[in-house]
Amino acid sequence: MGGYILKRTLFAIPTLIGVTIGIFLMVRLLPGDIIDILFGGDLSASEEVKDRAREQLGLNGSYPEQYWRWISGVVQGDFGFSLRNTEPVSAVILDALPITLELMILALLIAVLVGVPLGVLSAVKRDSAHDYAARVGGLVGVSIPSFWLATLFLLFTSRALGWVPPLNYISPLDDPIGNLSQFILPSLSISVFTMAIVMRMVRATMLEVLGQDYVRTARAKGVDRRTVISKHALRNALIPVITIVGFEIGILIGGAAIVEIIFGLPGIGYVLLQAIFGRDYPVIQAATLLIAFIFIFANLLVDVLYGVVDPRISQE
Amino acid sequence: MSTSGNFEAPLVPEGGPTDLRTETWTSAPMSRRDRLGKWRNPIGIVGGGIVLFNLLVAVLGPQIWRLDPNALDYLRFESPSWAHPMGTDELGRDTLARIIHGAQVSLQVGLIAVTIAFIGGVLFGLLAGYYKGIVDGALMRIVDVMFALPGIILAIVIAGLLGPNRRNAMIAIGIVILPAFARVVRGAVLEVMGFPFTESARALGASGRWIMWKHVIPNITAPLLVLVTVYLSVAILAEAALSFLGLGTQPPEASWGGMLSVARTYVEIAPWMSIFPGAAIMIVVLGFNFLGDGLRDILDPRLGPHVGGASDKK
Repeated sequence: MGGYILKRTLFAIPTLIGVTIGIFLMVRLLPGDIIDILFGGDLSASEEVKDRAREQLGLNGSYPEQYWRWISGVVQGDFGFSLRNTEPVSAVILDALPITLELMILALLIAVLVGVPLGVLSAVKRDSAHDYAARVGGLVGVSIPSFWLATLFLLFTSRALGWVPPLNYISPLDDPIGNLSQFILPSLSISVFTMAIVMRMVRATMLEVLGQDYVRTARAKGVDRRTVISKHALRNALIPVITIVGFEIGILIGGAAIVEIIFGLPGIGYVLLQAIFGRDYPVIQAATLLIAFIFIFANLLVDVLYGVVDPRISQE
Repeated sequence: MSTSGNFEAPLVPEGGPTDLRTETWTSAPMSRRDRLGKWRNPIGIVGGGIVLFNLLVAVLGPQIWRLDPNALDYLRFESPSWAHPMGTDELGRDTLARIIHGAQVSLQVGLIAVTIAFIGGVLFGLLAGYYKGIVDGALMRIVDVMFALPGIILAIVIAGLLGPNRRNAMIAIGIVILPAFARVVRGAVLEVMGFPFTESARALGASGRWIMWKHVIPNITAPLLVLVTVYLSVAILAEAALSFLGLGTQPPEASWGGMLSVARTYVEIAPWMSIFPGAAIMIVVLGFNFLGDGLRDILDPRLGPHVGGASDKK
């Protein structure tokens, strides 16, 4: 098992390095010289001033030199300084991280807690009205844009309940209930897509498992239907779902980024978008890298978990 | 007749829509009834209908509903009426006319973005699958790195860095979905290359280009068709998201995402401004998803009712 975890971790490292190179090149190769954009129409800026700015941003020297400077800072947690306010980028990012993580975790919880039972029900009562509704619902769920859903939720709560979630970010440490009431609508809006995927996946794997010989054997030797479904079938049906959850992390981060803006939550997506409009390159690099890191780490975790629940995988 | 759940997160890598193996398309001869029977696929037909309707709206809509989507009027925030079936917005513009214009925008972005991804992906995939070795390794590492970033985040960053406008949004979306095409084509090519008939062709002295044209490409058209349909929905959704964030189609031009973004401010006094564009996005995306689902059932019998599309077991 330890060897398996080590192997998986080692596999993730080249991807991580590749991602840092990709982000580094993306910011530099896309058209538009950063320095020219920063100085905008300021024609009075002399070459000297520009050179100094270049040096401050670490944009002097060859690409390999620049990359090395940047990456050695990143490894030590130094992402440089934001161009808009002189705050260190690491501080900006660290403030935003917990908000995005909370959104994602809540959304994932909702998606799994609702999606799994619906999927099981759909498989067990195959071709019933419920099954058909769930299948169509699953396709509808992956087609609703989360940002529209968020708007609809806001419209609904304000019309029907006369309630609007608080607009300023509330830390869970100050006021856990207030924090939760603020996060529930955004998490719900981004969970629907994942919920639909999980439901469809559980339904499909459940149907397959229910057709297996060991399920029939269990039924034949007199185990009652409910136990067969919950003990024998569901456990095996859930294994592939773990993989799907890993992929879904990416969708959730993307969804969180957009929904954060609607609800005014200063998470990583919010920070990233502000940085893009403000051409704040150090922040863009750092936020993108952090998102990639979360995604890769989540997938690593999923791989390991997969090995734990299905020992066949880790013994390969 | 199966409509079982094989749809997965579009921007999701391995498995899912990208795992469309070719081996089963060379299926055994079927009776005429069976062959026709599998085309009776309600979800696919509904999806096809929605897609067709969307096309008609985009092409004929402006001829039928002749209001200018950008014409200002003093009738601001009119609720839906006969004169304005979907109401008017904060500048008195007709929402229905703007929805119709938005249909053209979303279709244009979807088609161009998918074309970029298709051409690039097929080229990459053919090269990687055919030459294997170093070419394959290098191309697939690039694909891996692109998959390590959530699609919409990558699209936001590329579109943002290129500069916020529709052309750049199309390029960004095209780049983001390109790896999915590359991966499917590569997988299919590797598979076809392993078939005995390809080996015989090579033994008979066929050139690489001949094998590609005569053997590989005909064998990957079916998965590509499904992929194109599914990724059209992804591209349309991504365009709406980018425009919503101000990184796609720029105002005053009408786009569904842009309309939703403005409508957010007025959601209390003019809910129709939010409801119609959002519903339009959902219905069109749903249409392409339904159609993709149906096509997959029809073209890929491996995912029959019993397998239920559990495609991702590694």
